[in-house]
Parts: sequence; structure tokens; C-alpha cells
Amino acid sequence: MSDDTNGQPAGAVTDGDLSIDPAWTTEILTRFIAAEVGRTGKAKVVLGLSGGIDSAVAAELAARALGPANVKCVLMPYRTSSPNSVGDAEELVRKLGTPSETVDISSMVDAFSQASGEVGPLRLGNVMARARMIVLFDRSADLDALVLGTSNKTELLLGYGTLHGDLASAINPIGDLYKTQLRALARHLDVPRSIQDKPPSADLWPDQSDEEELGFSYDEVDRLLALLVDARVGRDEVIRRGFSAEMVERVTHQIVRSQFKRMPPVIAKVSSRSIGWDFRYPRDWLS
Amino acid sequence: MKDWRVALAQIAPRLGDVDANLEVHLARTRSALEDNADLVVFPELSLTGYHLADQVPEVALTRDSEPLRRLQHESREIDIVVGFVEDAPGHRFYNAAAYLSQGRVVHVHRKLYLPTYGMFQEGREFAAGEVLRAFETDRGPTGMLICEDLWHPTSAWLLSQQGAEVVVAIGNGPTRGTRPGSGITSIGVWRELLRTNAQFQTSFFVFVNRVGCEDGLSFGGGSMVADPFGRITAELPALDEALVVADLPAEALRRARATYPLLRDTNLELVHRELERLRRRRYELPGDPGHSEEEDIE
Repeated sequence: MSDDTNGQPAGAVTDGDLSIDPAWTTEILTRFIAAEVGRTGKAKVVLGLSGGIDSAVAAELAARALGPANVKCVLMPYRTSSPNSVGDAEELVRKLGTPSETVDISSMVDAFSQASGEVGPLRLGNVMARARMIVLFDRSADLDALVLGTSNKTELLLGYGTLHGDLASAINPIGDLYKTQLRALARHLDVPRSIQDKPPSADLWPDQSDEEELGFSYDEVDRLLALLVDARVGRDEVIRRGFSAEMVERVTHQIVRSQFKRMPPVIAKVSSRSIGWDFRYPRDWLS
Repeated sequence: MKDWRVALAQIAPRLGDVDANLEVHLARTRSALEDNADLVVFPELSLTGYHLADQVPEVALTRDSEPLRRLQHESREIDIVVGFVEDAPGHRFYNAAAYLSQGRVVHVHRKLYLPTYGMFQEGREFAAGEVLRAFETDRGPTGMLICEDLWHPTSAWLLSQQGAEVVVAIGNGPTRGTRPGSGITSIGVWRELLRTNAQFQTSFFVFVNRVGCEDGLSFGGGSMVADPFGRITAELPALDEALVVADLPAEALRRARATYPLLRDTNLELVHRELERLRRRRYELPGDPGHSEEEDIE
């Protein structure tokens, strides 16, 4: 029937190519969400909407996979959060037609500060991320829903997230997509322009910028990560391809140093069959 | 071979749930029968799902187990290829495919090449098969391969040399992302594999892949048939369950083999001689030119 070979056979090895087919990626991810939620016997997900592109894409995918009525969006501003973030998140909720709720986490976070004494901005940022986690997991129990993760591959590899905070979820549809790829997906899903265009920010304090904090742009670091991680190109070769030795060093160091954030806790083996080593069942065990 | 009508049953097995999967097999087999198919093909590990890990011994079946007996019973009316974990004598667990026909097990193929790299851990879970045989069916000589087996060109070659005219390859091929223009990349790779194998062996190749998700792996589907000219003559959708019936006309096989007498021209003596030389070298056997004479004397 078809003699078409699609030009080059589409190999699995990417050689650093970040381009995706957003339509087919959407097909895979919506089926993933439906299957993973369905096999737990549930029908719903709950997720935090920050007003940024990652959670917007996750919400769009979930609304397509499960129907908007089964996606609960929770807006959780702190008193220093940018009002634009809340506005953008509200616009997305209107577009999707999902149920939503706003929980101001200021009183939770401030109560913690009061009880524990002064904490610096980094620790306060972690407390905020964990306060949001508490809200999301509480709502998931109330609604019989799964918490949908919204961490992307760039953040996960660089360790740019809070353990037991924004890194906590039951299923994550976007954790294997770099920020650059999420932008392509956001365009395809028609995420509101204001969300697509804003500079990426964890929004833990006013005017925070991911790219300033990381010290490089997502475009740049994604190209490097795709080479180092996906294509397994060596250090010398990526430098030959134009990346600075300092950047390669720093990114490699960050990946290694944050490995613990991508793993369950280490359990000391003192029995014949230990969780993680020789008690080996998939997460989707018998479901 | 005679004309074959083959039903490709692209399903999403439930992980570790043999009973539920058996019901799906029975229902799909009935549909295939209604479509007047001679054979219905299910994917690799179709009775158990893929990512079994420590569940392997828990879902393993002997050839006379109840689920396989029920499918054998169905095979009185239509041939069936089913994927399962075989609990073989000595309690070796194989990733296996059974060809059922006329109420009995005609042949069992045990996966030869167990991928144990990247995301795959099969070498840890299963024993590797060591035998590859074509076999006779009502409609002609046939061979079976399981997923990674097809990535080793010698597998399809050996089956063809043994006379197979139809090769049924069953798989659990996961997707590995997408590219603009080519969609799900893994499906394009399987298409090329099937086309080239069919063309080089001038045989029909039937590939049935599974769909569904397990622990974040999405299986691609895109099951297909390639004819002895290396043309894709049937193709199922990506990602979704489907049952499609495809015709394998004997006339095409005859014409392809008359036009491209590749099998006729195979030089078995050359292959045997060179293989023997390689074997001696690999295993340091007497007769290897790199082998010292002193050792030969022993």
C-alpha cells in the first residue's frame, strides 16, 4: 500500500534533537493520564496552577484526557506572589472550564515562620512549595483524585525543585519533556499567550527569574542536556560543539548532586528481600 | 502456502491479570472468526502484560494450564498465536509464543534475544530460548519471532532457510518520543524493520504490537503486515486497541520469489564455512588460524 519510507528512518537516538511532534506527543500523554488514573479506580486529578507554562500544559492535557469536570485546578498564591500569575491562572481555568479553587497559603507559611523563627528566602521558598503540597494531597483525598505532577525534565535533571514540595505527585505527564519542548506543546494546545510569553519563574519572591538563578537560558541548557543525557554525548564532544567548559561542568555537577531528588529514600538492606533491591514490582502492580 | 486471512489483535493487556486478559483473548478470537480469519495474532506477553519483574513466576503457565487449554479449545475453529510466560520443565521461565491450531499446541517459540539494556531488563526475568524452528501449519510453513528476535537479521534468515513463507513477529515495543513529520519514532523503525526483512526473505511478515501504558511506558501499536516485495499492505493505528483483518495472497509470494530468487541463490556452503571459521576463533577451538599448534596437539 505505502512505499513511503518517511525519508530517513526515524531512529530512537536523538543526537540532541529537541524537536517533537506536539500532536502525537499529546496523543501519548492524554492516553497516559487516562490509563494511569483509570487503573487506580479513580476518575479525577488535582493540580496546582501557578500561572506558568508547565502547570498550564499539564492542565490542558488532563482536561483533554479526563474531561474538564474531572480536573480540579488549585491556585495557591502567597502574599508576595505576582498578581499576574493569579490572573493568568484564572484565565486558563475559564478557558478550560475546569472546577477551581483558590487557597491563599500566606497564613500557613507565616504560621510556620512564626513557630520556627526567621527563615531565609530559600528555606521560605521550600516551605511554600511544601505548603502547596499539603493542600494538593489534602484535596486529592477529599476528591478521590490523584495529584498531577508539573515538573519538567529540565528542572528534574537540574534538581530545580523542592523535595516533597513541587516534586511530589502521583503521576507526572510532562516529566520527560524539556522546557523548550513544553513551549512547543503549549503552542499546539493553545495555552493563553500571556502564559506562553512570560519569562519562567518559580515565583517564590517578587521578580524571581529561573534563568537568572540558573545562570543560563532554558534554550541553551536544554540543548546541552539533550546531548549529555538523551544522546549520551561525552563531555569533550559537547565542548567541541560549542558549549563552554564551565557550563558543562556546572550542569554535570548539578545533575549528579541532585540525584537524591529523583529517587526514593535509601533503605539499609538487612533482610533477604528488601524494598528497592530484590522486592521488585512495578508501580502499576496488578492494576 | 495457501491464501491466508490473518487478524491482527492489537490489545492492551492488564499487567499481571491473566484471567482478565484471557477474556479479552476469547472475545477478540470470536471477532476474528466472524471476520473469516484463519489466524488471530496477539502481541508478546499478551496474557500477562510486560513489566512483570518479580511477578514472572506468579503469572507463568505450563502448556497444559487452564488458560492455554481454553485457547486451544477455541483453536478448533481458528488458529491462534498468543504470548505468555512459559513455566517450562526445570522451572525455567520463558517469554514465549504459542501457535495453537485444531485444539492443540502446534509450536512454542521461546524468545531468543532478551533485551537487557536501557529500559529493558528481560535477561534478569527470563531464560533465553535456544532453538529456532519453522513449523508446518494448515496453510503453509510458518515461523514465529518475539520482538527483539527480529532485530537480529539472522533470525528471519534462519526461518526463511527452513522454509517459512510467513513469519509472525509479536512485540511489546514502547514509544520513545516523537519527531515532526514522522510522528511516533518507534513505529517508523518497526516499519523499516518489517519492510526490509520481508523484502530480503521474500516472505510475508506479520507484526503485532501491543498498546497501553505500564509505569509510564507507552506501547506504540502500529501493527502491520509486509508482503514478500517489502510493501506494507496493512497497518493498524498507533496507541489504540484495534482488530484488523489482512489478506496474505499466496500469488504474491510466488511472484516475489520468481522475480527475486534471493532464497534460491543463498550460498549455504559459504555461510557454513565462514561461520565455522568464526566459531573456531570465538571459542578458541582447534583449527583457528590464531590458535597455537601446541594447544592443537592436545
